[in-house]
Amino acid sequence: MATRKAPAKAKPNVSKDDLLQYYRDMLLIRRFEEKAGQLYGMGLIGGFCHLYIGQEAVVVGLEAAAKEGDKRVTSYRDHGHMLACGMDPNGVMAELTGREGGYSKGKGGSMHMFSKEKHFYGGHGIVAAQVPIGAGLAFADKYKGNDNVTFAYFGDGAANQGQVYEAYNMAELWDLPVIFVIENNQYAMGTSTQRSTKSPSYWERGAAYGIPGEEVDGMDVLAVKAAGEKAVAHCRAGKGPYILEIKTYRYRGHSMSDPAKYRTRDEVQKMREERDAIEMVRQMLLTGEHASEDDLKAIDKDIKNIVNASAEFAKESPEPALEELWTDIYADEIPQEAV
Amino acid sequence: MATEILMPALSPTMEEGTLAKWLVKEGDSVASGDILAEIETDKATMEFEAVDEGTIGKIIVAEGTEGVKVNSPIALLLEDGESADAVTTTTEATTQEALEEAATPAPAAAQVASEEPTPVSKASPDWPEGTEMITQTVREAIRDAMSEEMRADDTVFVMGEEVAEYNGAYKVTQGMLDEFGSRRVIDTPITEHGFTGIGVGAAFGGLKPIVEFMTFNFAMQAIDQIINSAAKTLYMSGGQMGAPMVFRGPNGAAARVGAQHSQDYAAWYASIPGLKVVMPYSAADAKGLMKTAIRDPNPVIVLENEILYGKSFEVPKLDDFTIPFGKARIWREGSDVTLVSWGIGMTYALEAAERLAADGIEAEVIDLRTLRPVDYDTVLASVMKTNRCVLVEEGFPVASFSDHMASTIMQRAFDYLDAPVVTCTGKDVPMPYAANLEKLALVTTDEVIEAVRKVTYK
Repeated sequence: MATRKAPAKAKPNVSKDDLLQYYRDMLLIRRFEEKAGQLYGMGLIGGFCHLYIGQEAVVVGLEAAAKEGDKRVTSYRDHGHMLACGMDPNGVMAELTGREGGYSKGKGGSMHMFSKEKHFYGGHGIVAAQVPIGAGLAFADKYKGNDNVTFAYFGDGAANQGQVYEAYNMAELWDLPVIFVIENNQYAMGTSTQRSTKSPSYWERGAAYGIPGEEVDGMDVLAVKAAGEKAVAHCRAGKGPYILEIKTYRYRGHSMSDPAKYRTRDEVQKMREERDAIEMVRQMLLTGEHASEDDLKAIDKDIKNIVNASAEFAKESPEPALEELWTDIYADEIPQEAV
Repeated sequence: MATEILMPALSPTMEEGTLAKWLVKEGDSVASGDILAEIETDKATMEFEAVDEGTIGKIIVAEGTEGVKVNSPIALLLEDGESADAVTTTTEATTQEALEEAATPAPAAAQVASEEPTPVSKASPDWPEGTEMITQTVREAIRDAMSEEMRADDTVFVMGEEVAEYNGAYKVTQGMLDEFGSRRVIDTPITEHGFTGIGVGAAFGGLKPIVEFMTFNFAMQAIDQIINSAAKTLYMSGGQMGAPMVFRGPNGAAARVGAQHSQDYAAWYASIPGLKVVMPYSAADAKGLMKTAIRDPNPVIVLENEILYGKSFEVPKLDDFTIPFGKARIWREGSDVTLVSWGIGMTYALEAAERLAADGIEAEVIDLRTLRPVDYDTVLASVMKTNRCVLVEEGFPVASFSDHMASTIMQRAFDYLDAPVVTCTGKDVPMPYAANLEKLALVTTDEVIEAVRKVTYK
């Protein structure tokens, strides 16, 4: 039942305000990630830090298709998802620096952040573990009888894990309202898709379970949004899961300590220069005369201020109190689910 | 204002590195994302990108320089119209301070109080005297506990292989599909990793799943979801969300099912902070503890036993009967030796105590009932009275739960001990199939009696 690849080239109608919002949202992620890279270089962020630069259109496009109550869960490359669903940049950056003001009070770090308020369920460090968890979140919504959907994000690397297919099977069997979003950035750490599978069209793999899917241009935020709306409509109508394989590209290494020698600099440069998602929207805004250079400069400045403020907050927030070592291991009462 | 470009840390362990090559020169304009230099870390040669735009005013550290400390200035970035001469190089004090502060060792942890309070047994009756009792198997008691909780709370549901239409591989969920329907009693495909993950997700989403494993041997396929996803999320989220759920099923050896179907996982799960671990022996405990487990806001592992399923016990006839975690039960009082066990190990401990009594040795028999939290105080209070202790379990001997308890007794009651604490466990071998070898591989009542005679010198 897999549908044919959608030729997502036709530009859907989009308002000026929406287009400006996508520009802002994508730019916030990029500048935030650049700042995170800088703070990592300064030793203020430790351990593993996986940047989302290049993939911004994926989360911004899909968030544009979501409504309040929808859930999302992803892997360890999660900063972009958190910003896109409206989490506070200060809280995210302070978690990266391991401070009290972070979303997990400094106890989770880059890979482990959550927000009940924004229905963001992590931030998971084990490749593909979030996929059945996403199906389980959708299970909970179906059980409760509401029409929320869950976005379960994972990469092309995770797409080869067995639990993904266990989740596909049960999601379709039980008609769970979950959108499996494969962010195909072409590299599982240092291994290209060509070196890890002979069936590189990941969206087609759902056909074995009866799950429809399609491939989407992930450098085009409007194409992502259009595909997201289609998938969301399918799930909300009670028709079960949907697969979106979103072709995207990560400009930086797998983590901060990855020199990325498995691809050429030309390959990266070509993507940046010819396919950059933010630049594309920028050109649309300018050529369509929806915004002037000055308007965009003002947005750039505004975003820079937000990001700089988050970095300041993340530096000034104190380290967690030593007693925090011993808290949050067990819950005393059942935390209430935000409705 | 000019910005100092600092030597970056480009790996989790990097403290200094070699500035291998500059890819820009003084006077060059750079934009965010441009590659400035190649830097050799302790792991690899990395490209170092510009974060801000501007003009390279001055290169402070020449290429080829080794041992450049992280965070020391390597170049100066000027904004439009600025001159390099007008700027003096200073170290970014705030950054340095932050780093020095980070390097300061944490204050020593609070010293353990040298004078610990004397442990007092927490054991007390679990139901009022005179309560009417009924006879039930462990199997029926577990089903009743689940059914009662499902009647009371719509968010509780049970999922697993053969739990619904087949009425349970071991008939524990018998009749539940008829009462609660397929929305709440859910047959899964044989896919432990996947359905455990779905269960964890459902718990994150506000439900209270009971995930049944046909046996805990198969939960090894799912142990990543149990430990990394269910047990750790509350901590990793700073208390925002966790997994209020139960993982249950038969654990340990059944009879003649060989090495892959006979393992006891008590020590594995008991070692994980964030999990609670229950291992009942009697039907009353199975019922009371299961109800507590379902209500508990944390992930709880309930380790049942196939051989105990069919065993009958007295169960109090009460509308709502629960047993708290972390409270041991004293099955038999005695003054000569303390026998500590849990789960099916209790059958050996109680049988040994009866036979020893015939020889005039009075054993105090304690059932831990829960391993996390565990009731240390009841054990310690008893050992301080009897001065001797033998621990009994069917699990493997290396890094067993008995080892942990023996170590605790040694550390907290050393002066009270008149003999070494002895552990009686399963043997250090995969479970054999042959009937005679299987019997030999498990702990035996004779071994428990022998251990007691050794520590009582009788």
